[in-house]
Amino acid sequence: MTQAPPTATYFQHLAEGRFMIQRSPSTGEWVFYPRMVAPVSGANDLEWVEPSGLGTVYAVTVKRAKPPAPNVSIAIVELDEGPRMMSHVQGIEADQVRIGMRVRARIVDGLDDNKIVVFEPEAAA
Amino acid sequence: MSAKDLRGRTAFVGAATFGCGEAPGYTAIELAAEAGRRAVDDAGLKLSDIDGLFICLPNDFLSGLTIAEYFGIHPKMTNNSRTGGSAFLTHAEWAMLALDAGLIDYALICYGSNQRTGAGKLVSAQAPSPFEFPYRPNNPVASYALAASRHMHQYGTTSEQLASVAVAARQWANLNPEAFKQGSLSVEDVLATRLVADPLHVADCCLVTDGAAAVVLTRADRAKDARKTPVSLLGAASATWHTEIAQLADLTITAARESGERAFAQAGLTPKDIDVVELYDAFTINTILFLEDLGFCPKGEGGRFVSSGAIGPGGSLPVNTNGGGLSFCHPGMYGLFTLVEAIRQLRGEAGERQIAGAKLALAHGNGGTLSSQATCILGVPETV
Repeated sequence: MTQAPPTATYFQHLAEGRFMIQRSPSTGEWVFYPRMVAPVSGANDLEWVEPSGLGTVYAVTVKRAKPPAPNVSIAIVELDEGPRMMSHVQGIEADQVRIGMRVRARIVDGLDDNKIVVFEPEAAA
Repeated sequence: MSAKDLRGRTAFVGAATFGCGEAPGYTAIELAAEAGRRAVDDAGLKLSDIDGLFICLPNDFLSGLTIAEYFGIHPKMTNNSRTGGSAFLTHAEWAMLALDAGLIDYALICYGSNQRTGAGKLVSAQAPSPFEFPYRPNNPVASYALAASRHMHQYGTTSEQLASVAVAARQWANLNPEAFKQGSLSVEDVLATRLVADPLHVADCCLVTDGAAAVVLTRADRAKDARKTPVSLLGAASATWHTEIAQLADLTITAARESGERAFAQAGLTPKDIDVVELYDAFTINTILFLEDLGFCPKGEGGRFVSSGAIGPGGSLPVNTNGGGLSFCHPGMYGLFTLVEAIRQLRGEAGERQIAGAKLALAHGNGGTLSSQATCILGVPETV
């Protein structure tokens, strides 16, 4: 069966308030970013599934802005299901985000027309 | 037939740079063409001898056609494939194959960019990712900063150690009259510059300059007739694992591990044999990662290795002897300059920064956000 357009579907789910990623029933692997085929295995039976929304900060940087613009956290978050994604960690000063921090996903307005997934410290949620 | 059969079958017979630093008014193709002409002249050849053209320009995706027309030649092969700043070392790999197969006789690899005086900032050819762009990472620095954060977390690497890479580069640049940035630079000076993407400061980042470079590669039989001592290509290999930094499995290990392993195997050499190392230092973390991944020090030891003084003038392993992308020049795709400097060192043409008796050199290119890695190992004739 041919996939619905993966990129468009991801953002459509977000527009509907749902954070959904792909999973292959045949291999059991979770996939992000959304694709027509799973990397490595080549599985093409990818289905859209809601992940737990929980994850751990894997890598961190701070995009330093010229004041008065605020500094922005740029992080790679490893979802509990396995895949990693670039995102922001919000609800905490950008320079206080640490590797290993437990975080929870939240859907917010992006800078463009799309909604995006950001993360907040799990404890604050 | 194995990759090892390619060892020493081709040699660099020409090398040149042009317009490094600022070259106001020149277009990218004009800079590339002048570097190309100089490299051909350096080889004692005529433009009409060139039958293989390899090139990248910042914003011309058909630059192989452009340069052929510009030179008024009819090449048998043009190649403007792009892997980011490593492209020119992958070009050397393809040229080596085409030369050895007899498809072409003389390959010119060239590059030019006017990004400093033309655009005023890095000109990127990378399509924005729909899964990165919404977060507006200040790429490429943000991606390298993320890798640096992991190296610090896993191995205790410090900002001071990162800064020592920039300091060594500047010490070498001070011996290179062509270097754009000169003058004293201390670890404290680096740390006093503005943070761009933690933990990387302005002085942890490569320059934004103009500049052009070119090399000529031919078969060993023809290289004997070259005007200058030929520099043999003993090994060339490339590898790629990802394009977006979030997709790299371990942010402290790059595909340089594979490209280096294959290049060393082809050359029949080990890191201990190498006299001088030219690495693509887009950011200070690069030098640390590539020294580890290419086998010059154990994984995780890169920070301590670079801060020991090993890589600077007088150190045990001369690295980036031209001053690198951090202090010599960085027109956007620096890779070709690693080859030019390796050739100059092996020819004994490096002036005050010459490594006495250098016989074997390694040049390493990086493209994208640690995405594409390409390694070339070069040697003087007696090493073949």
